[in-house]
Amino acid sequence: MNAAKMRYSGWALLREGLAGQTGWSPAWHDRDPAPRYDVVIIGGGGHGLATAYYLARTHGITNVAVLEKGWIGGGNTGRNTTIIRSNYFYPESAALYDLSVRLYEGLSRELNYNIMFSQRGMIEVAHSEAELEMMCRGANAMRINGVDIEILDRDEVLRLAPLLNGDLNCRWPVLGGMIQRRAGVARHDAVAWGYARAADSRGVHIIQNCEVTGFEIERGRVVAIETSRGRIAADRFGMAVAGHSSVLAGMAGFALPLQSYTLQAMVSEPVKPCLEVVVASSSHGAYVSQSDKGELVMGGNLDRCPSYAQRGNFPVTQSVVSSLVEMFPSFATLKLMRQWGGIVDTSPDNSPILGPSPVEGLYLNCGWGTGGFKAIPAGGTLFAHILATGRHHPISAPFDLARFASGATIDEAHAGVAH
Amino acid sequence: MQHFPCPWCGNRAEVEFRYAGDAGVQRPTRTADDAAWAQYVHFRRNAKGAAKELWVHSGGCGRWFALSRDTVTHTITGSEPVA
Amino acid sequence: MIPSRRMEQGGAIDRAQRLRFTFDGEAYEGHAGDTVASALLANGVRIVGRSFKYHRPRGIYTAGPEEPSAILDLRLGNRHDPNARATLEPLADGMELRSIHANGTAENDRLGFLDRIARFIPAAFYYKTFMWPNWMAYEHRIRALAGLGRVDLSSRATSAAHRHVQADVCVVGAGPAGLAAALAASTRGKRVMLVEAQGELGGTVLYREAMIDGMPGADWARQAERVLRDRGVEILRRSTALALYDHNVLSIVQKDVAASANDERLWLVRAGRMVVATGAIERPLLFANNDRPGIMLADAALLYTRRYAVKVGNACVVATGNDSAYEVALALRQAGSDVHLIDSRPERDIDPSLAGSMRAAGIKLVPATLVEGAGGHRSVEAVALSNGQRIVSDVVVHSGGWTPSLHLYCHAKGKPSWDAVTGSYRPGSAVAGVDVVGAAAGLWDLDAMLRNATEIGGGKAGEAPSSGTGVRQWTAPTPLPAGKSGKRIWVDLQNDVTIADIKLAVRENFSAVEHLKRYTTIGMGTDQGKTSNVNALAVLAASSGREVAGLGTTTFRPPFVPVSMATIAGSERGELQVPIRRLPAENIHRQEGACFREYGGALRPAWYGADADAIARECIAARGNAVVFDASSLGKIEVIGPQAAALLDFVYYTPMASLAVGRARYGLTLGEAGIVADDGVVLRLAPNHFVVSCSSSHVAWMAAQHEAWRQDRFDLAQVFIHDATAHWATIAISGPASKRIVGELGLGVDLDDARFPHMSVATGRFAGRPARIARVSFTGERGYEIAVPATLGAPLWQKARAAGATPLGIEALGVLRAEKGYIYVGQDTDGETLPHDLGMGGPRAKRQDAYVGDRSLFTPAASKPNRKRLVGILVEGKAPIPVGAHGIELKDGRRRSLGYVTSSYWSAALGHPIALGLIEGGLERASAAIELEHLGQRFTGRLVPPCFLDPKGERLNG
Ligand SMILES: Cc1cc2nc3c(=O)[nH]c(=O)nc-3n(C[C@H](O)[C@H](O)[C@H](O)COP(=O)(O)OP(=O)(O)OC[C@H]3O[C@@H](n4cnc5c(N)ncnc54)[C@H](O)[C@@H]3O)c2cc1C
Ligand SMILES: [Zn+2]
Repeated sequence: MNAAKMRYSGWALLREGLAGQTGWSPAWHDRDPAPRYDVVIIGGGGHGLATAYYLARTHGITNVAVLEKGWIGGGNTGRNTTIIRSNYFYPESAALYDLSVRLYEGLSRELNYNIMFSQRGMIEVAHSEAELEMMCRGANAMRINGVDIEILDRDEVLRLAPLLNGDLNCRWPVLGGMIQRRAGVARHDAVAWGYARAADSRGVHIIQNCEVTGFEIERGRVVAIETSRGRIAADRFGMAVAGHSSVLAGMAGFALPLQSYTLQAMVSEPVKPCLEVVVASSSHGAYVSQSDKGELVMGGNLDRCPSYAQRGNFPVTQSVVSSLVEMFPSFATLKLMRQWGGIVDTSPDNSPILGPSPVEGLYLNCGWGTGGFKAIPAGGTLFAHILATGRHHPISAPFDLARFASGATIDEAHAGVAH
Repeated sequence: MQHFPCPWCGNRAEVEFRYAGDAGVQRPTRTADDAAWAQYVHFRRNAKGAAKELWVHSGGCGRWFALSRDTVTHTITGSEPVA
Repeated sequence: MIPSRRMEQGGAIDRAQRLRFTFDGEAYEGHAGDTVASALLANGVRIVGRSFKYHRPRGIYTAGPEEPSAILDLRLGNRHDPNARATLEPLADGMELRSIHANGTAENDRLGFLDRIARFIPAAFYYKTFMWPNWMAYEHRIRALAGLGRVDLSSRATSAAHRHVQADVCVVGAGPAGLAAALAASTRGKRVMLVEAQGELGGTVLYREAMIDGMPGADWARQAERVLRDRGVEILRRSTALALYDHNVLSIVQKDVAASANDERLWLVRAGRMVVATGAIERPLLFANNDRPGIMLADAALLYTRRYAVKVGNACVVATGNDSAYEVALALRQAGSDVHLIDSRPERDIDPSLAGSMRAAGIKLVPATLVEGAGGHRSVEAVALSNGQRIVSDVVVHSGGWTPSLHLYCHAKGKPSWDAVTGSYRPGSAVAGVDVVGAAAGLWDLDAMLRNATEIGGGKAGEAPSSGTGVRQWTAPTPLPAGKSGKRIWVDLQNDVTIADIKLAVRENFSAVEHLKRYTTIGMGTDQGKTSNVNALAVLAASSGREVAGLGTTTFRPPFVPVSMATIAGSERGELQVPIRRLPAENIHRQEGACFREYGGALRPAWYGADADAIARECIAARGNAVVFDASSLGKIEVIGPQAAALLDFVYYTPMASLAVGRARYGLTLGEAGIVADDGVVLRLAPNHFVVSCSSSHVAWMAAQHEAWRQDRFDLAQVFIHDATAHWATIAISGPASKRIVGELGLGVDLDDARFPHMSVATGRFAGRPARIARVSFTGERGYEIAVPATLGAPLWQKARAAGATPLGIEALGVLRAEKGYIYVGQDTDGETLPHDLGMGGPRAKRQDAYVGDRSLFTPAASKPNRKRLVGILVEGKAPIPVGAHGIELKDGRRRSLGYVTSSYWSAALGHPIALGLIEGGLERASAAIELEHLGQRFTGRLVPPCFLDPKGERLNG
């Protein structure tokens, strides 16, 4: 069953403006679960929704349900600081994340939903000569991987972000930096909603308030799941539940190399445009961009201990804010308006896990940790491929769970910014 | 801003402590296969709710101990030295 | 000139003190005790700003932190606040205020036309357009229209101190409930704190009529304050609680802590019990054009009338559906205004004595009637009622009920429950250590709340203060507008969200509360929806045919009010932000003309002297004569006890138990994943006493690593770890002349090479104190490392200098060690490097016993032949290859990285550049030639063994 959607456009807005905005149809429908699907995706975050969309669009599999325990996009997808970039060190990562950036570049038009991808550029600032040298190592790797990276000198960095502290004697002096100009930010909710709308119009069932509570496993194979809204059977199950991956894995009887932590984000009160690029520092881990609404969107390191509380504590708030105030002295007069936390699924090598799980019929999309928003279109594309074919896509193969036993980890952890 | 009860020093602020993994993990010997070794090095229980964790009072007495903590509410239900 | 609206008498302002200020360039005057908002109102200023999206004129709407509209740019001396809230800022002489969002002034805004195209740009319109060619083609214009105030490059906030305290009980809010709780709690000999946002205690009883214990409420509050102070209760005034964190830690911002109004203090209070007595916030009524200047919340109007002696209007309409606004009507009437009181309740539901007192005062009470809309554009001029009546008015004040302030309770993960009778959320689930009292708990009867607060404070109900005020229907569900007027009804003034926007969201299935919030941006402004959230829920429920109770709430995200980033940062500014480690003899190096740089968090001499040849000169001295280097930041971890050798054998990849007493050994440590974590030299001073000398930036990690394994696998009584790094200064002397120089230091150690060969250690004395001498080398030359108590570092250095050693900085040391192929772990290794990649595969091949990381060295990936391995790289010409250049190969028409240059220098000793790198396959590659690339530049290099000088190591004894 396909639900026809009214096309979004400036023209449609004009027409609806005259008609009192009453002609719009639901962006997606709330469905009741059917007893069986070809594919069931657990988790209605960006990855789950994108996977459903690509299953329908690329593979023609539309008998698909996305099960979300709360409201779609309510996990990390709706809580993150939306940095999109592909400046990763290893070729395996670059292939994955650059695919994602390329998909993001056309996503608004593809989904007919403005996800506001703003390729304003992201600068990672170097605070010492030694850091600048290390940055070159990364920059060259990325360039060889085909990613657009430039090394900037101090003046260029200060020109692009004039509010940065230009004093060479401050704690975080600007000695230079690295920029990816195609990097940027997008509107997180819109990514979830845009995929949901497009998937829904291709017949995918989006089922909110439906929590998966158990797996029915027969001879090593998942045949159905138990949910708060009844039993659902399917040929294949994909889980994309981020911070809750270990919980789901536990229900299916295996463990994952993941640890869930609180990652905080915070915004200042809105101000008129004052920062045109995303600025990050790997020395202290804090980063900032300005939202289209005018808020400074800030984040930094993980909270100190594993947690499912979705609530940050003061020490990390303080360290994020103080680092940024030191980098941007005039931000000291701004006020912090809101602070929150998400539950991120960190993996030992800061790379995701994609592919089969130890239980047949159940597939994994997890381990994105602090940086999986940027990967949503690619994660969806690859996971859809895996669920549709039962086999890896060449780009997803290196990210198989088996890499931890074989030793072939893809250690992006030491390679700089984590978001 | 949690308060952790170090078995030797009493309640201290969380910033004095460092998390060190699951409590009660056995280190395999060299004869372990790749998978068993990977379980030990990389895999975690990552419990939601009641958890038994290993912490070290790094900014205090330096001792390791097992902390029983709820990872959702952050309620502490016990702490004990590790044998 | 607008006539003053200040009444002749009354209020808590100091009329003797006149304060001058400007707003949008016009000069005005107010009094001490005014807020910016009250002063603007007293001066008859109506339009204080423009709305976020449609640039509609807006006035002062509230009198507190819930203010959605009156946000101004504030300058006072060197203080600048781009988003100051007029309702919270005490007026000060000389303040310059500006409206922030208008293009022009608040009165004359060139963007005012946006309101006329509002129908085309409803909530979330931007998701439906601006896609062609892409968002960036529009974004800059949209961004320029957004934002509130403007950051100023010259803006600097003063820093704020943080105070950490503990209390048994912390009461937040000093209204009657908070005071009663504090009174009860403080009689028990407990440590009690009381936190109040206002400058005076009393809360609502400061401006609402209430008798407590036979006194007017304000007098009772003053008396309570005296009692509390006598009992030692710590009272924080002008202090707003921001956030309640784990384990009952409350953050509080306190204003005006010092002489300067700029200074704030952040308190972090850990309390056994938190008593939340934060009161309630009034809810607006929903009617067409309910955002016009001149329309404000009823309670705010009362406060401005009674506390600030402002006559808010001449012809006032008071609209309500509950009793709380009756007192407001009376106060306005007493201030000389003409008052209509419009109550949505039928006459029979209104307390007859209340109704009677209104009519007796000359107030026109109109029951069973709703205000349907307001007329006027730049200011309200009239209202239309549901009975068809039209009332001319210059002020409309309204009360749609009250919303308990549950922010702190919700921060602590309390789950509020919906109370359909009052139309508000009340505390639901219990939260350990957190109690909610008073209006925050949804109690409106003064006696009941005093009793309850007393009990919660630990007292007996019988001891509670008593009021005798009758029970009133203080709050009721907000009456929703009935018909479709077609006019816009504002739910969130700051973000310009109307009922139509909510209906649109519901139509499009954004009807989960969080979806509604995000789709329409309702409640996401700087006021965080304090006045709009509950109304939004009511409208959402009504338009989606559901009950409010089933909707849930959006999350209350801290802080309760926005707080300056400088205040959050506290003292973590400048040097105190991740403090840099320093050498004990830093001053000596400064005298020597050292140029300092930061290396891994430590400030160390990079080279000495200002000339361009400094590094080369130091290198030449090292190979030709002797150099002295301050190595004090190198780790010195003592490992002592009968099991010390066994512990080191486990922690180190390189076996250490076989080390003889008096000898030193270089070794690697790994993590459990097998990755090289550090290298260093282990000294064995006695059979049971070792010193681990590790790299400067890994000291903390190494000490923790040793301690971890000690506690995990060893008998705590048999081995002991002590990080003595900061106790010792280490001076390294190296070069052909080093033996002579060390001899002149008078350490009392026999330096004869036969008895003190390379890799030996001995104990001597320097200046009467113990000194440890190790014959080790960082440079490949004969070398000695002398460790003395930290304070003796400077004299030892000076003595070595006097004996002829040249100072050596980090940069030259980098060259010297690279000439020898000595690695820096972290620079010449990466997150994949295993020991055999560095040519140190011996222990991997030979050791059968357990050591950290052992099994990881035998995974399939660890055994692959094409792993990246340490190599030397030579290039033609004089210019070193840039560090970070990659070796590349072409594969399937694409470049592929083979690894990279990790260290690269000009070698003065060799007369050509040298480099180290990690390259796939290492020296076993088919060809020694390699293409290298750096930021688009190409080089050709040759792979050679990673040792360029003296491969036999003869110079160690030279
Ligand atoms: C503060 C913060 C900042 C970040 N910043 C960035 C950034 O700048 N750039 C970047 O690229 N990434 C960033 N990230 C990471 C990024 O947000 C995540 O990696 C990404 O959103 C993960 O998407 P997801 O769809 O896998 O998970 P989620 O969006 O978390 O979706 C998982 C969904 O699964 C649901 N679920 C869980 N259990 C069950 C169950 N039993 N049954 C049914 N449903 C269930 C959850 O409710 C949730 O909606 C950040 C994360 C946080 C928290
Ligand atoms: Zn302790």
